Amino acid sequence: MTTRPRPLKDVGAGDRSCFGGKCYALAELARGGFRIPDGICIGFDAYEQFVSESSLKARIQFEMGRKKSEDMRWEEMWDLALRIRNMFINGGFPADLRAQLTQIIKETFGESPVVVRSSAAAEDSSERSFAGLHESYVNVKGTDSILDHVKLVWASLWSDRALLYRQELGLSTESSVMGVVVQRLMPGETSGVAFSRSPDSRESALIEAVHGLNQGLVDGTVEPDHWVVDRASGTVLSHHPAERHQAMMPAGEGLEMVDLDSARAGRPPLDETGLMAVLEMALRAEEVFGSPQDVEWTLAGGEIYTLQSRPITTLREGREDDQRTWYLTLTRSFENLKVLRERIETRIIPGMEREAQELEAAGMEWLTDSGLADEIDRRIEALDRWTKAYWADCIPFAHGMRLFGQVYNDTVRPADPYEFMEVLSGQQTLGVERNRMLDEMAAMVRSAPELARILRQGQSTGAYPQFTAMLDSFLEKYGAISRAGAEEPPPAEARSKVAGLVVEMAGRERTDAARPSRNAEQLVRAFLMKFEGSRQDFARDLLELARASYRWRDDDNIYLARIEAETARAVDLGRRRLTEGDYEYAGGIPPEDVSRALRDPGYRPSVAREPAAQPEDRREQGLRPRQLTGLPAGPGIGTGAARVVADSDDLYAFKSGEVLVCDAIEPEMTLVVPLAAGIVERRGGMLIHGAIVAREYGIPCVTGVPDAAVLIRSGDRVTVDGYLGIVIIDEDSARPAADSG
Amino acid sequence: MKKQEIKALLSDLFTRQHLAVLATQAPHGPYTTLVGFVATQDLRHIYFVTSRSTRKYAALKADPRVSMLIDSRTNRTSDFRDAVAVTALGEAREIEKEGAKQTVDSYIAKHPHLEDFVLSPSCALIRVEVEKYIVVTRFQQVMTLDME
Repeated sequence: MTTRPRPLKDVGAGDRSCFGGKCYALAELARGGFRIPDGICIGFDAYEQFVSESSLKARIQFEMGRKKSEDMRWEEMWDLALRIRNMFINGGFPADLRAQLTQIIKETFGESPVVVRSSAAAEDSSERSFAGLHESYVNVKGTDSILDHVKLVWASLWSDRALLYRQELGLSTESSVMGVVVQRLMPGETSGVAFSRSPDSRESALIEAVHGLNQGLVDGTVEPDHWVVDRASGTVLSHHPAERHQAMMPAGEGLEMVDLDSARAGRPPLDETGLMAVLEMALRAEEVFGSPQDVEWTLAGGEIYTLQSRPITTLREGREDDQRTWYLTLTRSFENLKVLRERIETRIIPGMEREAQELEAAGMEWLTDSGLADEIDRRIEALDRWTKAYWADCIPFAHGMRLFGQVYNDTVRPADPYEFMEVLSGQQTLGVERNRMLDEMAAMVRSAPELARILRQGQSTGAYPQFTAMLDSFLEKYGAISRAGAEEPPPAEARSKVAGLVVEMAGRERTDAARPSRNAEQLVRAFLMKFEGSRQDFARDLLELARASYRWRDDDNIYLARIEAETARAVDLGRRRLTEGDYEYAGGIPPEDVSRALRDPGYRPSVAREPAAQPEDRREQGLRPRQLTGLPAGPGIGTGAARVVADSDDLYAFKSGEVLVCDAIEPEMTLVVPLAAGIVERRGGMLIHGAIVAREYGIPCVTGVPDAAVLIRSGDRVTVDGYLGIVIIDEDSARPAADSG
Repeated sequence: MKKQEIKALLSDLFTRQHLAVLATQAPHGPYTTLVGFVATQDLRHIYFVTSRSTRKYAALKADPRVSMLIDSRTNRTSDFRDAVAVTALGEAREIEKEGAKQTVDSYIAKHPHLEDFVLSPSCALIRVEVEKYIVVTRFQQVMTLDME
């Protein structure tokens, strides 16, 4: 049996295994007399031919095998999906396949706008819906554009979300395939979803509706009117009207959110006749498929069209404690990101800054023990509050960069899937600003050898007022740069540590990194040229949003770290008081117990013991790393002695030309980045701090190296190959201590 | 990867694979051949058998420093990611077959079709004392395991 692309109506009942769930369900509906927008189905064979003949299959296999999937963080999966997606974008159609598709697309649609949707093998089965794992594209015009979007739908077989559920989906390069359905776009005046049977009651059905297209409803940006209807009589049991402001409408190539006029805003998207038509359709779909259905529909020109029907799945997509459901929420729409940005810029960041300033200004030396206990509790509560805000809004906002990256890659089709990071980098983030101050102080020291001597010997810098003022202002602005939970160094010590770092930096040529590259401006121009008319405004807005996302990605951390440091300052003071009292060692008492012990002298927390000493070498005898694989996160090659950074002492011991090795780059570590010959990080991803900062300074960087900080020891001579994403450890330096003598 | 995991990986590979590439130093430079091998449980020794009239035999008698490559290729593109390749570095020495009954039995148990070959008086049993293994997984992940 041939599975050449064919009209929807010609897909037979036995063709499910060639065209996928969605094609099958739509064909079934068409046979059942439902009104379905015209369409064509592209079978699994076409996907198979495309990936085999373009050698994509082997390349996907190679990418997938780079790292054990259980060792991969969600961000690494997103990166993996991005790289695979770019392969599809840049992959060429086999000539015969292109000819076949071009012919049927032209015949069926001409120049009419269409919707390009996924039809996966396991999709829409009754066990699990996995809704939204694969992509759909609405309002696509012209054969070339439709073919490009077919490739994007194919690529979404390997979307970040699909990779997250790869086990349940049985995702494999050998056997996974993807079908596509292309349908004429129905520009409905009203659209929505219907559940033929409510999950709460066997007698009722649920109907939701919005003005315009239902993409706004599906991605959660447009609130729907919601009805509960009696299945038998059609009586409306309840109606929750929405606050109707906007509607999703076709615009150019794509969609646009438009404001509703007062007439439409004032009336529900469905009247009683409409409701009955939707209910009747949902019940008929239930009859056709033999189980309760979740139906998408649209009303256009007074006719109701069925867009999709699938079984209502009773299984949730993950257990409550399944972290993956949270990852899925991180993929946000443009509209949603705009709301997040507003909240972050007007409330969260100013709020965090105000809080940090207040905390920093508060003197605690004169507080009584119980007063200090109150202060500790207040700070723990503040930290908790801002940490929650950070997780709820700041982390999801990082998706702005990703969304931009996707749009950039779709339109520009660069060979390097991370070229978009160049467009975003070179901005004035706080981290860059902080390092610029250090750079300037280093320049002063460089031009005044006497000042270097004074600093090295820890003498007063009074004779250099300009330098002293700058150091003061640095300490005031960025504090002592200690990590949360770590002992805060007393001011004099912090001063001498920062001074030591400046002297170290002075021994090095001035770095000219972190300047907006000329290249970035050219890239932006080329990107914007790809858009026409009002779409160019969208592109500009998206770029602006992505730049904000990029900036906050670094800066929000620095503000939160200040609040963390301030909380630690109060807790440390509490611990010192406990130690001065009758506690032998208070360092291990958790923060909440410190305040309790301060209030209640009779209270004895159970964990007040010495911390376990860290073993010197956690590497096993006789086993040495020679070459470790990660992801290339900053191009270039750098060699130097490794410095494994675990705490702020390691940070201040950092010498120019060393390779920074750590578990995860924390914001305060970016201080020493300009000194580093290379960066190696256990945590993986292209859009994490380490990678961003390394790119800004043009430093070779490899991220996602499992056990990097365990396998590499301070002093090992390492080479960071930021092109290939590997770290090479010199044989001699990596010899176990036993045979070095 | 932990040491125990690597050792288990090697044991498994050495049990499944029949052939190893042996590299010796011949007069003109490196000289490679395929040999049927067996490795001891503790991974310290690898044994193979060769006729005494071969180039490899002459080469290893002249210079006992050898290296062996044992890998899990299947001649598919997935090998680039999935195949494991292990290089053993060590010294080769001829062992009297008469005094090494257990070794000869293990060799025949793994390569029963080579029984006549092993027992032939013209064939030598060679033991490689492994100094270190260099283990490559996932295309570019390289660990060194010292055996002394």
